Amino acid sequence: MSVFEGLRFRRVSSPIHKLDPRVKFVYVCTAFVVAVMFNELIPLLILFFIQIPFILTARVQREWIRSMKGASLLALIIFVTNLVSRYLYTGHVWSVPLVEYSLGMTFRFIVLVESFSIFFLTTSPDHLSLALEQSHVPYELCFAFTTAVRFVPVLAEEAQTIMDAQRARGLELDRGNFIKRVKNYIPILIPLIVNSIRRSLQLAEAMESRAWGASKKRTNLYILKLRGGDFGIILFSLLTLSIAIYAKRYILIPSIFAFLPI
Amino acid sequence: MIEVKDVHFTYPTGVKALREICLAVQDGEFVAIMGQNGAGKTTLVKHFNGLLKPTEGEVFIDGVNTRNLSIANLSRKVGFVFQNADYQLFCETVEEEIAFALRNFGFDEKTIKKRVTWALNLLDLMQYRKTSPFMLSGGERKRVALASILAWDPEVIILDEPTIGQDYHQKERLRQFIVQLNTQGKTVIMVTHDIEFVADCSPRVILMSQGKIVAEGVAEEILTNVNLLAQASILPPQITQIFLNLKDLGLPSKVINVHEGKKILLNFLGAPA
Ligand SMILES: Nc1ncnc2c1ncn2[C@@H]1O[C@H](COP(=O)(O)OP(=O)(O)OP(=O)(O)O)[C@@H](O)[C@H]1O
Ligand SMILES: [Mg+2]
Repeated sequence: MSVFEGLRFRRVSSPIHKLDPRVKFVYVCTAFVVAVMFNELIPLLILFFIQIPFILTARVQREWIRSMKGASLLALIIFVTNLVSRYLYTGHVWSVPLVEYSLGMTFRFIVLVESFSIFFLTTSPDHLSLALEQSHVPYELCFAFTTAVRFVPVLAEEAQTIMDAQRARGLELDRGNFIKRVKNYIPILIPLIVNSIRRSLQLAEAMESRAWGASKKRTNLYILKLRGGDFGIILFSLLTLSIAIYAKRYILIPSIFAFLPI
Repeated sequence: MIEVKDVHFTYPTGVKALREICLAVQDGEFVAIMGQNGAGKTTLVKHFNGLLKPTEGEVFIDGVNTRNLSIANLSRKVGFVFQNADYQLFCETVEEEIAFALRNFGFDEKTIKKRVTWALNLLDLMQYRKTSPFMLSGGERKRVALASILAWDPEVIILDEPTIGQDYHQKERLRQFIVQLNTQGKTVIMVTHDIEFVADCSPRVILMSQGKIVAEGVAEEILTNVNLLAQASILPPQITQIFLNLKDLGLPSKVINVHEGKKILLNFLGAPA
């Protein structure tokens, strides 16, 4: 559940929290594009480290570390899969570039998780919905999206309670071979799914009875507007992107081991 | 026997849910835990079958520290009926639902069959034997959940808010049923907000507020102490309120039982009881 914890928004005030969500989204997309552009370890490492000041400014380091811990298992799987497949592919020799390549792939994943978690940790669901609406996304879609995001922690909590209830009936989740272990999760998944469906029906009824969608034209109390810091982030994103494109085209990226005494 | 020694518990989110809890529940006792929302009642009883381990202090079940036993192991002894039955029902039939825990505990098929039939009869669910639990009403689902726990005959039974969503008739049956379990020698611990229900059962009462035990004692003492109850955001039972208001007439004020109250009043009025 710790991955979800990392995506859970807490109301804190910081320069990063105050940024326009649309701008933050541009930044996440930039990070995404740059991360996909490179296979090499060095640019991905740089990309990893330049995001750390954002985390510190937003004072979400604790939550961020938790989400990184949650992602670490997947990162390990990516590393091992890459290492083994490359090893088989390149003719069964262990070499330093092999390790570097796998590390690069792993860091690409980590950078993606990092930027997404910065986005979700510092953007309130209300802001997000506002941003979507003002980008002319139909309100029904905005509403569905924000509701989904908002219910993730609820679902995580519910999963925990269900696990407790089934454990109290003698269910041992981590017992038996692989197939048995997967089967062990059936008593948890069924109540979870049934309750979610029930809840969504209830939500729909509750919304209908409060006249949801009665007026076609919606107005908002808050209007999003770009401010100084927002332009700063846009500039930063553009700069990062141009440097990345330039580096990709004109610079031969050295191996990290050129700098390390190995 | 359940012993709680100086237990503190803090959730990972930093909420201090229990502070300095000391408590002993003897075998065969009947205990009600009361207190306002968020007082820590559920958190406390989750320590009794090992679902939660204390952050500080120890919990002993029959002399064994809960840290040294698995939840499955402890649950064999301590049955926990959750507040919301929807958190545990998942089988295709009521019968399967009840058998689930028995299979987990490794009973043989013959015993399972016997126990399931026994539990179905006990809670008057025989006609739903082959029905899907999801098709039952809320109150019936709750009874299925209860049956699925009682089926393995635990020595201690914990009930978290058993009376929620039950009509008066079912509540009365539930009360008789709980009292009967207790007279058969089971330890019963129930968490509830339903003061009338507690007054009718007349167990030992533990009052909690903000993670602490603020008072404990027999129901007659606690439920008639207005100051204590106010601390835990509880109103006294209606019959007690009447007698508290009639104190000037020289009537006893520690009355929680309607029949007893009736007798006293009739006596006072000089009518033949
Ligand atoms: N899983 C959890 N994670 C974090 N905090 C929790 C969790 N469960 C409960 N709490 C907090 O711990 C405190 C005690 O909760 P608990 O559920 O024990 O109260 P309760 O006495 O059972 O209340 P109620 O009468 O509403 O059932 C509350 O402040 C609650 O917010
Ligand atoms: Mg509770």
